[in-house]
Amino acid sequence: MAKLPVEAPELVRVFGPTLHRVPAGGWSRTTEDEKLVKTHCCFCGQQCGIQLRVQDNKVVGFEPWEDFPFNRGKLCPKGVKRYMQAEHPDRLKHPIQRVEGAGFEAISWDFAMQRVVGEIQRIQSTYGKDAFAVLTGASLTNEKAYLMGKFARVALQTANIDYNGRLCMVSAGAASKKVFGMDRSANPWSDIPKAKVILAAGANIAECAPITTDYIWQARENGAKLIILDPRMTPIARNADLFIPVRPGGDIGVFNGMLHILIERGWIDRKFIEEHTTGFDQLAESVKKYTPEYSSKIAGVPAEMIVKAAELWGPAPTSFLMHARGIEHHTKGVDNCMAAINLVVATGRIGREGCGYAMITGQGNGQGGREQGQKCDQLPGSRDISNPEHRKYIAGVWGVEEASLPQKGLSAIPLVEAIHAGKIKGLVSICFNPVVSLPDANFVREALEKLEFFTCIDFFLSETARYADVVLAGSLMEEDEGTTTNVEGRVIRHRKAVTPPVEAREDWKIICEIAGRLGYADKFSYPSSKEIFEELRIASKGGVSDYYGMTWDRLDESNGLFWPCPEVGHPGTPRLYENGKFGHPDGRAHFMPVEWRPSDEMPDEEYPVILTTGRVVSQFLSGTQTRRIGALVDQTSQPFCEMHPRLADKYGIGDGDFVKVESRRGNVVVHAKVVKTIRPDTVFVPYHWPLDRSANNCTNRAIDPVSNIPEFKICAVRLSKADQPTDSIAMLEVQAGGVR
Amino acid sequence: MSEAAFFIDYSRCIGCEACVNACAECDTHRGTSMIHLETIERRESVQTAPQICMHCEDPICAQVCPADAIKKTPDGVVQSSLKPRCIGCSNCVLSCPFGVPKYMSGIDQMMKCDMCYDRSSVGKKPMCATVCPSGALTYTSMEEIQRTRQGIPVNSWKFGAEEVKTKVYVMVPREVTRVEIELVQIHTTPSALPNDPYDVALMLEGME
Ligand code: SF4
Ligand code: SF4
Ligand code: SF4
Repeated sequence: MAKLPVEAPELVRVFGPTLHRVPAGGWSRTTEDEKLVKTHCCFCGQQCGIQLRVQDNKVVGFEPWEDFPFNRGKLCPKGVKRYMQAEHPDRLKHPIQRVEGAGFEAISWDFAMQRVVGEIQRIQSTYGKDAFAVLTGASLTNEKAYLMGKFARVALQTANIDYNGRLCMVSAGAASKKVFGMDRSANPWSDIPKAKVILAAGANIAECAPITTDYIWQARENGAKLIILDPRMTPIARNADLFIPVRPGGDIGVFNGMLHILIERGWIDRKFIEEHTTGFDQLAESVKKYTPEYSSKIAGVPAEMIVKAAELWGPAPTSFLMHARGIEHHTKGVDNCMAAINLVVATGRIGREGCGYAMITGQGNGQGGREQGQKCDQLPGSRDISNPEHRKYIAGVWGVEEASLPQKGLSAIPLVEAIHAGKIKGLVSICFNPVVSLPDANFVREALEKLEFFTCIDFFLSETARYADVVLAGSLMEEDEGTTTNVEGRVIRHRKAVTPPVEAREDWKIICEIAGRLGYADKFSYPSSKEIFEELRIASKGGVSDYYGMTWDRLDESNGLFWPCPEVGHPGTPRLYENGKFGHPDGRAHFMPVEWRPSDEMPDEEYPVILTTGRVVSQFLSGTQTRRIGALVDQTSQPFCEMHPRLADKYGIGDGDFVKVESRRGNVVVHAKVVKTIRPDTVFVPYHWPLDRSANNCTNRAIDPVSNIPEFKICAVRLSKADQPTDSIAMLEVQAGGVR
Repeated sequence: MSEAAFFIDYSRCIGCEACVNACAECDTHRGTSMIHLETIERRESVQTAPQICMHCEDPICAQVCPADAIKKTPDGVVQSSLKPRCIGCSNCVLSCPFGVPKYMSGIDQMMKCDMCYDRSSVGKKPMCATVCPSGALTYTSMEEIQRTRQGIPVNSWKFGAEEVKTKVYVMVPREVTRVEIELVQIHTTPSALPNDPYDVALMLEGME
């Protein structure tokens, strides 16, 4: 039974989101007796160093940490206000269970555990092991990500575990693996200021990776040229040397068009190609037809822009290419990334100072979260679950029979579809708010309602946790020890500042207790999360993402270590692919020819406008945490629909009017924001909000065949001017899905 | 190395408001930000500009204060009003060419950015310039800024006929020596404006 126990407004009244505005203990001054805990911001993959001010087991404020090399004290507003999630009035402090018609009631841990374990056993014995699924998240520490993978494979023996990194890094990761043979940003950020040309594609750096801004501006002070591809002129694009307002889904036109010109004008590194790559001839053949004119039609920008991009990129002595969700959230997301990476390898500008490539991770542990084995097709150390050798090694580490390890399971979207189809009956979820973050939100809600049993581990009652039968009160990042891996591939330490309040527990303890009660106590008895890391080290040993040489002590001493770090004493590997040595068994990079194809849903007469979605600087992902912090909500209180004045005029929509954005799947009513900084054929709605304010009511569930990432960045919509909604959802506070 | 100074580079600003939020974390006025971010014309562009106190050499706010409540420290930092003196008249609020002083009705007193005097006077950076992720706000030595930036710092302003010198520097292109602010008509006719550099539709002209 996973329907809402009472209407959403009633749940909002009790569990929020409410806004936290004043820190624990009031706006107190710094005092002598407080301690400063060096840790990291949890609100994006930059993982900025920050010091939390702690008094009497309460986080009361922050102090910049200027010695941490990545951000040197810099923070975005999310980092500045991150400490306000501590001591939050909405915090879950006890396990709770659903009560039909009443909401939720507090229960004891023992009772909660009995129910969860009983339901797991009932569902698995009735419908089979795979009928119970696990959904996890890429904001979990490495330790927890590892534990969730082991929990699914050993304690539940279900094939069906996947994570919300499926919405984030999987296209970039798959492309990188295909071309480079490894899945990680190739360079430390310190290489960015040394590059003479930078190409950033589909990356709203100012809002989603704010710290990277200073690295790019520093490159420009050193004389670098900046090329930006984005349908919107974002703040980083404003001062670019070349801003290419590409049509959503048209990126391959720019990349292949550039490569066409590079080859034509001899701006490729023939020697490097000869010695360190395979497949160049097919690649060259494939871009023959991508003349500037042909490319221009695909990209939806003037041919001169593509020529100029090639002229800036081609002859430069050093270069850095970076991309993010803008090119990755497509049914051809992997192809988009490979087309971009081809430009890096063809010029041989990789693996040395000032020459590099990076994918900008979005989620807190976007990098580490995809290495430790919580993906449906993966075992720890970025190992492959269908590779017999890999299975044997991990089975050995876990002390189980290789045959007992499940095979590859369903990825996030097919997994939710299997719930909808009644094939999966039970679900445990942690660190994932699919009701807000997955595309086609109405479908996701319907799916959750069909579950026989749903349990969530969470610290707030997220929009998804509202559908749960039992919610287990878990821990915030600052309430536990662990590690994450930042955007560069640098493994860093998160330190415990305070203990979980009242009866809330560290997440890993909750998982271990469930596993124990399922009969696997011997495999899940860790005295602390440090021992989980010790096991992770061994499990990753010899894998691609090898952490074996890292210990918490080493991480503490060094401000982090880059994987691979195969031996204790190994300095770690900040820069990959030095001397043209790539990750494939043949040591070469493999060029991947890419052909453009249309997106799953292209605009047509009925739905003539392109909707693209994304983020704003003051909110993090589904907003479970950041929609509860007053200052961050004040900054951007509601979603909006950015549209060009030409498009707005066509529909008689003025700035600030309400507009209904409607696709074949659902709609969202928000304020119009009429701006000249977006393509006239495209509108943009940020996705952090729930219910009737969710951009994902409109988005498309279609996925990339290789990475299984959903196509968030393009679907077809129609627009109409709307009246101010006045229903019960609209009347909620803005952070809960209301409008003002 | 000379002592640290404050530099603003508007061209770097990405409008994130980390500065505004961090200002509210400064011990002397925790909970209230003393600075703000200007959004120039969102319809036209994404340009934003942070506004901290520029710490004028001869502060107009102090000149117009009937109660002599605004004092400058020996090192040139213009302070918030002195509680026993300020009568809350808001002359300073209206006179400041940068729109900095804030009248706080709760305490019936003017408060303003004091460059985090509690921090900067003990060798720390002001909050905003520590966190600013773009380097639009930077607190460092003159040598360091000259070594790492293409633009040059100036601290001389001309508002119409009025000349103002400030403790805070702004980064400008090399050929500029002074920031000249002409009086402009805000709602001017479109034809009087220069070609629109940020209109994406114009960039795509000629595409079907
Ligand atoms: S959200 Fe990201 S950029 Fe902002 S402070 Fe946190 S880690 Fe840094
Ligand atoms: S508000 Fe206070 S500080 Fe400002 S001018 Fe009036 S008396 Fe002086
Ligand atoms: S913190 Fe820096 S980049 Fe952000 S708004 Fe302030 S000045 Fe601009």
